[in-house]
Amino acid sequence: MGLQTKFEVRGDVLIVRMQGELDHHEAEGLRDTWKDWIYLHSIKHIILNLKGVSFMDSSGLGVVLGRYKEIVQLGGEMVLCSVAPSLHRLFDMSGFFKIIRLEENEERALQGLGVTS
Amino acid sequence: MRNEMSFSFSSVSENEAFARVAVASFVTQLDPTMEELTEIKTVVSEAVTNAIIHGYHSEPHHKVYIDCVLYDGEVELTIRDEGQGILNVDEAREPLFTSKPEMERSGMGFTIIENFMDTVEVISAPENGTSVYMKKQLSKSKTVFN
Repeated sequence: MGLQTKFEVRGDVLIVRMQGELDHHEAEGLRDTWKDWIYLHSIKHIILNLKGVSFMDSSGLGVVLGRYKEIVQLGGEMVLCSVAPSLHRLFDMSGFFKIIRLEENEERALQGLGVTS
Repeated sequence: MRNEMSFSFSSVSENEAFARVAVASFVTQLDPTMEELTEIKTVVSEAVTNAIIHGYHSEPHHKVYIDCVLYDGEVELTIRDEGQGILNVDEAREPLFTSKPEMERSGMGFTIIENFMDTVEVISAPENGTSVYMKKQLSKSKTVFN
């Protein structure tokens, strides 16, 4: 199964699209690539599109929370979108939805950050 | 009918996906809901990750052991390592507690396990490894047997 991640920069927004399963094994490799994208492209906001993510555990939460902290330090915001119902309880239980905005899909998330397509 | 299976595997992170899929396949014969199956996969992932990272400090040459028993619509799961052990189990089970913040651990592993399973028992001693013993009654079976 594994995890595939695609990054796209739109203005100062980094769109991260993931597909597959985000566990400890995948989180380790993802962290460094994700960090590079943030710092090499002068990113202010992150949209995390989890449309294709079928499984995630607390290691996945750890890597997302790590990037959330970084982007907040940079004065930006992280927006989550297209979260599968099977992941909802995990995010809810961890209190993520209290600190990270959830949007239905990527377009809405982009609009919310003031990016016009 | 009582049905059980056991397996062990090397303490490498590649096996986290294997372990949760193997347990999920075995549990499928009790006809769990999608939600229950996700919960079981998640707790396997959490406990196996803990064994690899905390029990064995990511050293690949150790073994992680899983026993799974299906009985009367209930899943009993034991995930065990022979690693470092936990000095203070109550502290480790606290939400957001982690001994490895530098690794971006969220500290939510045990909290997730407790939320997704009916009962959770952690038996651990320094230098003697850790066993996480969990039980979950599946909803469909509950209706049938009650």
